[in-house]
This record gives sequence, C-alpha cells and structure tokens, in this order.
Amino acid sequence: MTTMAPDAGTQDDAAYEARFNAAVAAEERIEPRDWMPDAYRASLVRQIAQHAHSEIIGMQPEANWITRAPSLRRKAILMAKVQDEAGHGLYLYSAAETLGTSRDELLDRLHAGRQKYSSIFNYPTLTWADVGAIGWLVDGAAITNQVPLCRCSYGPYARAMVRICKEESFHQRQGYELLLALSKGTEAQHAMAQDAVNRWWWPSLMMFGPPDDESAHSAQSMAWRIKRHSNDELRQRFVDICVPQAESLGLTLPDPDLTWDEERGHYAFGPIDWDEFREVLRGNGPCNEQRINQRRTAHEEGAWVREAATAYAAKQAERSRHGYRAPQDQQQGDTQEEDIA
Amino acid sequence: MNPAPASAALALGDDALVLSHRLGEWAGHAPVLEEELALANIALDLLGQARVLLSLVGDEDELAYLREERAFRNLQLVEQPRGDFAHTIARQLYFSSYQRLLYEELAQGDTAIAELASKAVKEVDYHRDHAEHWTLRLGDGTAESHQRMQQALDALWRYTGEAFEPIEGLAVDWATLRARWTDRITTVLRQATLTLPNGPQSGAWAAGGGRQGVHTEPFGRMLAEMQHLHRSHPGATW
Amino acid sequence: MSSADWPLWEVFVRSRRGLSHTHAGSLHAPDAAMALRNARDLYTRRSEGVSVWVVPSAEITASSPDEKDSYFEPAADKPYRHPTFYEIPEGVRHL
Repeated sequence: MTTMAPDAGTQDDAAYEARFNAAVAAEERIEPRDWMPDAYRASLVRQIAQHAHSEIIGMQPEANWITRAPSLRRKAILMAKVQDEAGHGLYLYSAAETLGTSRDELLDRLHAGRQKYSSIFNYPTLTWADVGAIGWLVDGAAITNQVPLCRCSYGPYARAMVRICKEESFHQRQGYELLLALSKGTEAQHAMAQDAVNRWWWPSLMMFGPPDDESAHSAQSMAWRIKRHSNDELRQRFVDICVPQAESLGLTLPDPDLTWDEERGHYAFGPIDWDEFREVLRGNGPCNEQRINQRRTAHEEGAWVREAATAYAAKQAERSRHGYRAPQDQQQGDTQEEDIA
Repeated sequence: MNPAPASAALALGDDALVLSHRLGEWAGHAPVLEEELALANIALDLLGQARVLLSLVGDEDELAYLREERAFRNLQLVEQPRGDFAHTIARQLYFSSYQRLLYEELAQGDTAIAELASKAVKEVDYHRDHAEHWTLRLGDGTAESHQRMQQALDALWRYTGEAFEPIEGLAVDWATLRARWTDRITTVLRQATLTLPNGPQSGAWAAGGGRQGVHTEPFGRMLAEMQHLHRSHPGATW
Repeated sequence: MSSADWPLWEVFVRSRRGLSHTHAGSLHAPDAAMALRNARDLYTRRSEGVSVWVVPSAEITASSPDEKDSYFEPAADKPYRHPTFYEIPEGVRHL
C-alpha cells in the first residue's frame, strides 16, 4: 500500500504529535497511514530492517549443514527451519515497506554495509552440534527479545512478530532436542555438544545488546513502546531460563561465576567481553566478510532471473493490451483466486 | 495391499532423495527471497517422498548414509550439480514432468507405492507448475535468460532418455509415458520460445546407467558430503 | 533494472471453507500468476489456508486516517441499528 503523509499545513505538527503520543500512551497501535514523528519512522525502519537482515543472513550458518545433516529426519527439520528464516525475513521486509522504504533499498543498504544484522551470525558453525546450539541459545535469545515486540506500538511490526514467534517456537525446541540427543549419545557426540555450547553461550548473551547505560537507542524506543524491557532485563531473564535447561541437557555453561543470587532471586553471571562484541560489530568477526559476500553474490547472480521475470510480465501485459494472451495465463486477471486444497 | 517391489521403491526413493539434496544446496543462494521458499518447499516434498519410499525397503538412514555410490539407483539427471537457476529449472521441468506422469499411473496400482504416488502426485503437480512457469519466464524473458535456459535444456537433454528405461517391478507402458512426456515438454518449450533439444537422449553418446548403479563424477563428491558425518560416528543416534 | 520492478502484492488467505479471506501480509512478484504461487509458498506452508487472493498493493484505495472522524464517528450515535436497542416483552419468542 502506498503510504501518504497527510497534508501538511492542515494542522500543525505539534497537534499531530500530541495525538500520536496520546495514542501510544493509550496502547493504541500506530498504523501505516497515521501521522508519526520522522524519528519514530526512522527508528522503526532501522530496527525492522536490521531484524529482517538478521533473518536472511541467519540462514547461512545453518544452511551450511543442510547437505551434511546426519539423518533424514534432521535434514527435513533443518531445511524447514532455514526456509522459515527466509519467510520471516519476508514478513519483516513487508512490515518495513509499510513505512515507505522498499525492500530493494533495504537490501542495497545491507549489501553496502550501511545497515547491520545481528552480530551473532558472524560466528561460524563448525560442527553439527552448532545447529543445536543455535536453535537452543540463539533462537532462545531471539524469542526472549521478540515476545515483547508482539506488543510493539507499530501495528505491522507487531503483527509480523506474532506470526514469527508462533513459528519460532519449533526452532528452539528442535535445537534443544538435537543437543539432548548428542548429550545422551556417544562420548564424542557429548563432547561435540559441550564444545558448541561453550562457543555459543557468550555471543548469545551479547545478542541483547550493550548494557543499559551504554545503549544508544533504548530510552527513546521504550518511550515509543517499540521496546518494552531494557537490554539487561531481557539478558537476565534469558540466563535465568537457560541455567535449569542446561542442567536437564547434562551440559555446563562456560561461566565459573554463574551462581544463584538468593537476594535478587536471579542468577549472577560473569563479565561479558564487550570488546569482542564491538570488534565483531565493527566487521572484525570470524565470518563478517564471508556472510555479506555470499548475500551480495546471491543477489547479483540472481539479477538476470529477476530481470527475465520482469521482462516477461511486461511482454504479457503488452500482449493482453493487444488482445492476445498466452494460453497458460488465460484465466488470470489482476485479482486471482485459487483453491489449494 | 501388495508389498512394494524393493527395486522400484529404491529407484524412485533415490531419485527423490538426491534431487532434494541438490535443491537443498540453494538455501541462502536463491535469486530472490520468494524463491527460497519455493525451492525449499519442493525439496521438502521430495525428501518426504524419499523417506516413505526408502522405508519400504529398509531403514531410511542406513540406506541413505551407508550405501556406496554403486548401490544408488537414481537417474543421473537428478545427481548433476545444481548449476545456475536455468539449470535447476531445466532439470525441474524434465524431472517433474516425468514424475508427474509416472506417479499418476502408479497411483492406480494396489501396492504401497500406489499409496505414496497418489499423495505425491499432488505435490509433483505443483513442482511441474513451478517449473513450467519459470520456463516461460526465462525462455520468453530477456535475451540473456533465453540463452541461459536454452543452454541448460541442451546440457541436460542427454540425461532424459534414461528415465524411460523400465524399472523392475513397475507395470508401466514406458513408450506411452515417453510420448506423453515429449508432448508436454514440446508444448511448454514452444510456448516459451525455446527449442526442443535434438541431441541423443540415450544410447552410445548419451548418458544412462543410473538405474544400474553407474553414476557420474559429481555424484561421488555429493555422497561424500552427505554421508561423512553419519559415517564418522558408527552406530550413533542423532 | 532490478527487483524493484517486481511490484508489491497484498495477500488474503481463507483459512478454511466458510470463512472470509483475511489479510495475511504482502510479497513481491513480477506478475499475478507468480504472486499467487509465492503467496501459497509463503503464507500457507503450515496449512494456514484453503484459498488465496493476491491484489496489487497499488490498486488498493484506502480511507485516510485524517478522515477517520468524519468517516467512522457518525456511526457511533445510531444505537437503533443494533437489536439490543429494542425492548421486547418477556415471553415473546423467535424475535
């Protein structure tokens, strides 16, 4: 749908802004054609795009194991999961497009390195157990982050998140189940699982973003009800959830400082290496270059395919103006209905 | 219900397994996001078919992961590297048209294969539709896409004849199947402004032998990748 | 030329027979035939639908949020359009 700014000048921005703020405060959803502050729009585009990019870059570390999955059951699960990530990317790009920025523009910004994706995907998947660790820890952290986004003030984003969270719950469970099978398997399998958890634990904690006192966008996002909880709150929630889950798995978390803090009613955990986080964010992680290169290559190598389909559509439109239609497309108008079942 | 002939279940199961694997290689490389979804759906359908068919013969994982190359009974067509998008679409067109016609016939029977075929024929119908729509767009799209598509059709043509060699245990009129397949392909290619390749489909200069366990060089490498993890941990469960 | 030339389509899915089509989201496709197939692949992979519509996003005419009051508020003070507005003596049935 084309988004149109309401006529400027009919009412001044202050009145619009007051109405916008009141709607947000009253927990009403903001919809695409509503007036919204430029900064709110920009902040949403940035966040939704980053989220969408994370989904499609996030396909790579797991797709890395599709051709090597050790059983046909696991192979089907993994293919379906990686496919879901493409789907989630699509839902999110759609949500971003309602704000007036096209998917193509967003992809260009990703390919040019002007927009980011979650740093976690710059770590490599070295063994099969990494597929499990990603499902359990990375998807687990993502869900912790995403569930509150289902109540985000921007309607299309919130709706996309509802759909994504529903689908994502299988992702986390399959990861946990995969690790459990390894942990209870042979000695070599158990070691593989422990090694993967050791490598993915700390980067997963970094997924919640910098500590609250250093987070650049947090306060404003909270005020706009895009964000509901602070980075540190969500991180703590995640740690509290994971500790008993790790015990059931028969695996340990690589943090000697991890202890139950009776007073706070939470697990205390050791210091996070924020230098590493900043380095990976800056582009110096193990796979930054590889990930973005693959994405760029897929896009460039696909250009002739996209152009072909566009050219064909134009030819067909031309033909139908002249009363000719290819037999195959005869029953197809602009609005179509087709029964699937 | 009659038991399914093992030789047939293996041949059809291996076709589905190997093509699914090749389609799976597209994950993260598709020309547009929407096509990631489409290719993965097809790959998942095929993997589902493979699992049912292999299970008629024995343990699906033992069959997929522990057989040597010479024991696989798939067509050489499905084991070829994925190539560019035109190669993938050309293979999908050739294979799904064949599979669609074959499964339609097999669905009439009374074996366990018939049961699988009557369910799978609906999936394959969609695969063929996907391949035909893309064939039209690539053939009748731009000069570049036309040339790439023609090249892909020509390159894979010599692997098509093998599909019509009788499979032991299946009562199918292979000559009729071949005629119907050729009709369909001819019609689609004509509509897509493409030319039906005129090289040999089988015989001394064409490929063939997959059904007897004779494969092409890329297949060994594909199996090495597919099987290495499973084989590295003998007896493990996953 | 780029995929920007692939227009945006709105997708409506009927989740089961007897229900209306509901807006599910959007996607890009070069033409209607492909839009329909992309919609099937994206929005019904967990059996969410038995029928799909696709409509070019550019073809949708929407009411403006600015006209919200003049469009929708006048309906709010016409309670006589609702059955609960009317009092019926007790014991009268089938009404």
